[in-house]
Amino acid sequence: MAIDEDRLEDWVELFEEECDYRVVTRENVEQGLPNVLMWCDNKNMLRDRVESYRNVNLYNLHYDRHVLGPLRFITTDDSICCFELAYSLFQTSLEGESRLFSVGRYRVEARIEGNLAKLKSVTVIADTGLVPSLLATPI
Amino acid sequence: MNPEIAWPRNDYSRVPFWLHHDEKIYELEMERIFRGPAWSYLCLEAEIPNPGDYRTTWVGDTPVIVSRDKAGAIHAFVNRCSHRGAMIVRSLRGNAERLVCLYHRWCYSSAGELTGLPFRRGLKGEGGMPQDFDMKAVSPRKLQVANCHGMLFGTFSERAEPIEDYLGEFGTGIIRRFLSRPIRILGYSRQRIAGNWKLYAENLRDTYHASLLHEFFVTYGVDRATQKGGVKMDERHRHNMNHAYAATDTQEEARAAYAGTAARLDRMQLRDKKLLEFRNEFPDGMNLAAPTFFPNGLLIQINNSLAARQIRPQGVNAHEVFQTVFGYADDDEAMTRHRLISANLVGPAGFVSMEDGEAIEVVQKATRSAGDACAIVEMGGRGELRDLAHRVTESPIRGFWSYWAELMGVEPAGAIR
Repeated sequence: MAIDEDRLEDWVELFEEECDYRVVTRENVEQGLPNVLMWCDNKNMLRDRVESYRNVNLYNLHYDRHVLGPLRFITTDDSICCFELAYSLFQTSLEGESRLFSVGRYRVEARIEGNLAKLKSVTVIADTGLVPSLLATPI
Repeated sequence: MNPEIAWPRNDYSRVPFWLHHDEKIYELEMERIFRGPAWSYLCLEAEIPNPGDYRTTWVGDTPVIVSRDKAGAIHAFVNRCSHRGAMIVRSLRGNAERLVCLYHRWCYSSAGELTGLPFRRGLKGEGGMPQDFDMKAVSPRKLQVANCHGMLFGTFSERAEPIEDYLGEFGTGIIRRFLSRPIRILGYSRQRIAGNWKLYAENLRDTYHASLLHEFFVTYGVDRATQKGGVKMDERHRHNMNHAYAATDTQEEARAAYAGTAARLDRMQLRDKKLLEFRNEFPDGMNLAAPTFFPNGLLIQINNSLAARQIRPQGVNAHEVFQTVFGYADDDEAMTRHRLISANLVGPAGFVSMEDGEAIEVVQKATRSAGDACAIVEMGGRGELRDLAHRVTESPIRGFWSYWAELMGVEPAGAIR
């Protein structure tokens, strides 16, 4: 939601300080290869990514729309919840043309404290290894 | 028949935009360049280390299998069954004693020879192939393969120069620099850019754009035109290398040079500086090196991220950039991690590369209607082509077009080479 509404700074705040966010492709994962398209291994790197998008990088101007589900719980205990969630991500240009940009799944570890959940790690495993144009905003 | 191209100048300082949009030009490029005497980058030797290993690749828009036979020799041949034209290998890579087409199960050796086909002698004396059917004569078209320090090149032409001459000392030397130790493949990335493949080839030869389009470079001081560096070309000016040496300018020099641009030299700092940490691992001290090999290959080092890239034309309006990211076999876990963190800089989501996709796509969009209009390629000078010890240049673009025009048979009168 935060990404679709261009609230990237709010999206970063969903993470813990010690966190891991990476975008990998199914092609690499299935071959056991570690290459990443994007990797932030703490929250400061996420902040740097977003700040760079806002001020430095130039990219295709677009709207994002994530369509999520189904969700599958893998493990849960009192404090850590681990689940997988499929996504489709559509991009729409400023002139209103939409395209399927990426499809794949998230593997998420979230820390639950009372009514609050914080993201500990998010791995985006994209089936769409052939990135259309470029990957600027996070998935 | 050669196409008519009205080059306004013989030094390629004007390049007609329609060359990125014309179907006939594209078909001719596939024939005269990719199936002609150029050496195309195929893949890295490290991707097929064992006997029986194969992987699929593209030479222009021709699907190709690169394989290693039992004796260890490397072969490349067209991935198209001789029988009815099906793709013989459909997976990206694998290991097999023989390659079998799915359609009628025709069998090929890893050297690309047709070795057998079902019901060749018919069934119960009926049907089958004619007695004089010669399997060897119909084997798929082979490429000559050359292995330059672990980087594999292929050509369809008997007339191609020896690879050492094609790459020159420039090319073989720089490949040796990148592949001096055994490498380890870290993975792949792919990007489909909606623009003609030559716009990507130009982009790689345009040092001028690097620190302007990719503001990240300048803002955070990874690479600035004020650093020591330059462009080098081979003698024929068809290949080139943009390069820079780490920490060879001062903040004051850079501030003065970029005063009139949008760059924000002082305003921003990374919170996590490990992204830009450079561990010097080459005797020459370069932190940026991007040698590009006509028509479709390049190696790229930005700090400690290392990769080979292949340009795969996909029709006149699109191409794929296929990137193979690697490290060295003797890297420890910490170094591999560092290379992967550095990989945030390059690739489809790279801090200093994502803009290329956008720039190329907006050129393709805007030039479709350009008529006879031409691109201006004068930064760094006109006329004769030469190496430059500075980086405010796009001369290697003129070198690219000069060799392109030679292979296409469309050089203007008195053309420079």
